[in-house]
Amino acid sequence: MAEKKAVGNKAADNKKAAVKAPAKGGIFSSRNFKGDIITIAVLVIAYFIISNLKLSSLMTGLLVPVCVYIIMAMSLNLTVGILGELSLGHAGFMCVGAFTGVIFSRLIQSAAMPELLKFILSILVATVVGAVFGIIIGIPVLRLNGDYLAIVTLAFGEIIKALLNNLYVGKTADGSIEMNMSGFKNVTDSAGKFVSGPLGLTKIPKYATFEIAVVMVVLVYIICSHFIHSRDGRAVMAIRDNRIAAESVGINITKYKMIAFVLSSAMAGAAGCLYAHNYATLQAVKFDYNKSILILVFVVLGGIGNIKGSIVSAIILTLLPELLRGIGNYRMLIYSILLIVIMLINWSPKSRVVVQRLGAKIKGIFVKEKAAV
Amino acid sequence: MKNFKRTLALGAALAMTTTALAGCGASDQGSTTAKATTAANSGSDNAAASSDAKFKLGGIGPVTGGAAIYGNAVKTAIQIAVDEINAAGGINGYQVEYQFQDDEHDAEKAVNAYNTLKDWGMQMLVGTVTSAPCVAVVEETHNDNMFQLTPSGTAVDCIAYDNAFRVCFSDPNQGKASAQYIGSKSLATKVAIIYDSSDTYSTGIHDTFVAESANQSFEVVADQAFTSDSKTDFSVQIQAAKDAGADLLFLPIYYQEASLILAQAKTSGYEPGVIFGCDGLDGILSVENFDTSLAEGVYLLTPFSATATDDLTVKFVEAYKAAANGEVPNQFAADAYDAVYAIKQAAEAQNITPDMSTSDICEALKKGITSVTYAGLTGDAITWGADGEPNKAPKAVVIKSGVYELAE
Repeated sequence: MAEKKAVGNKAADNKKAAVKAPAKGGIFSSRNFKGDIITIAVLVIAYFIISNLKLSSLMTGLLVPVCVYIIMAMSLNLTVGILGELSLGHAGFMCVGAFTGVIFSRLIQSAAMPELLKFILSILVATVVGAVFGIIIGIPVLRLNGDYLAIVTLAFGEIIKALLNNLYVGKTADGSIEMNMSGFKNVTDSAGKFVSGPLGLTKIPKYATFEIAVVMVVLVYIICSHFIHSRDGRAVMAIRDNRIAAESVGINITKYKMIAFVLSSAMAGAAGCLYAHNYATLQAVKFDYNKSILILVFVVLGGIGNIKGSIVSAIILTLLPELLRGIGNYRMLIYSILLIVIMLINWSPKSRVVVQRLGAKIKGIFVKEKAAV
Repeated sequence: MKNFKRTLALGAALAMTTTALAGCGASDQGSTTAKATTAANSGSDNAAASSDAKFKLGGIGPVTGGAAIYGNAVKTAIQIAVDEINAAGGINGYQVEYQFQDDEHDAEKAVNAYNTLKDWGMQMLVGTVTSAPCVAVVEETHNDNMFQLTPSGTAVDCIAYDNAFRVCFSDPNQGKASAQYIGSKSLATKVAIIYDSSDTYSTGIHDTFVAESANQSFEVVADQAFTSDSKTDFSVQIQAAKDAGADLLFLPIYYQEASLILAQAKTSGYEPGVIFGCDGLDGILSVENFDTSLAEGVYLLTPFSATATDDLTVKFVEAYKAAANGEVPNQFAADAYDAVYAIKQAAEAQNITPDMSTSDICEALKKGITSVTYAGLTGDAITWGADGEPNKAPKAVVIKSGVYELAE
């Protein structure tokens, strides 16, 4: 059913494309170019400072997860903030990316390649698989007008979790691949078991490093930022703001919705792969509803549609519960209260005025200094 | 439209925070974390050395969330053992400092907890309490060559490396031992199993139990699974067990679900002759609002019984009750207590001192623990192989008039 629709849609797309022939905005032509350079520069400087500091083991261990959550928050922000659709199953895409990425990297583990290349290949595979699942979900759902995506992605996340929790994938001694939902029959060697049901992924090679993670963050940021300020991105935002008006000027609603959603799911897949390769083991149950909501919290607190805000909130909210370890037993309680407080401050108009004033003052200082020099 | 979505997203976020808050309800009552346990002037042989150098012992486990009961038991038991050791002069004359970190039963958080302890200067680790986090942490301890002794991490991969040992039985061993126990005592001829197919612990026991049952005198007539997403209504599974006419219900699951199954089996009129569980069932009597008469006659394969009358158990139970508001210790607590004393014995066998590097301590403890024979709460003569598995005889406990009693 869905496939038939897809074929029909493509034909329609081609027709419209022929008529309209949308020109892609050049990478450097975007108005926001200066802002991008500043953000990337801040990220890169932060990377050099962090990698030269002697951090505690706790902070060192948190570097990669923080980067993963930054990518997840930016990717979800594309769907929630730019496309204006709610996705409640973003962890599902992350999960798919994590599992396919690890299965692939385990398959090529013994290949004569540098580790970095193997990891990049795995990330690419995870990205493609994330995109494919985005397409599968997007084709039927994004044609609808309303909040159906929230419900379908919620269901998707749960289905993926349940399926992968029962999936067994392994390599037998003679090199053939065994894959089923009922348990290993031919794979006996524990080294050949890639995915073992509720035990999840085991013996994951630890390829993820802070360097790769930062490069991925910068890449995803560039992609997001340029997408938003490109012609396609403006079309997507036009659909978000007023669907009927967008349709009336000839924007292909389904196509642009698909572009944004698939981009978002592909990046979530990549993030999942990075995440998995940071831990020795990973279970599908980890990517549950709470994880999706957690990422949504990053997006909401960082500002819906604000990519830079997502970066900041992902960093703060990932570090916060760990930095609160000192308080002991009341840690999670305090964390929850802090979340509510941050949310209230973030959304009150008064605090926004204060932030704006502060921003203007800081700007003023810099301008004065410049003038003095 | 946009505003509506914003409100929806905000609502969802709020819902999440409230769930997180609700999860905190199960927070623990003890406040013993990071309490430096320096018994003042212990009067040991080399008191001068003990005043400045101390062993740093770390513990990791869930003290918040669904598995908090295990983490809290382990946390309290380690504290008791450390206090006793310090009061008696420490290990090799050196005092022991102890810190416990929460992992919320989550592999990612467990690695964070491990790193926190490493920053504190931990030299050996008792933990983690639950299996999945343990598998993640053992990878880290292996990289750092830190000695790790898990009291209750039952999954095979928990001790995948030579620096890791465990006090409890592994999942496969529990499944096998259960099948052998049922077979050798002729408890049943027809067995029904209800297990959690989404849980590592449960499937681990289930798989070996089914495999071993082929060699035993009973047959498995009903094999029913549930998942962590549908763990409140078991009427289908219970009905299947009833229809198959099973006279023994095997429950390789945790006690929360087991308490529901017992209650629902009674309302549906199913009365198997025997109900048999593994160490996950330990704690079923302390479930709030649970009618303990339902658990009458339930067998548990567990190495520890709080009603045993030997001096060591009596002393431990008393100390635990004093430390945990009168709660009776479960098998997790006993395993943790044994873990600390096993480390002490191994450390004394190798004359380990706190000024040695973590890696040297690990090497020495590895040698030490495989050479000693340890007598503790969970076994009279426990020895460890180089693979990290303990050798001890499994014991079965039966619930009689609301208390655990050793089965003959």
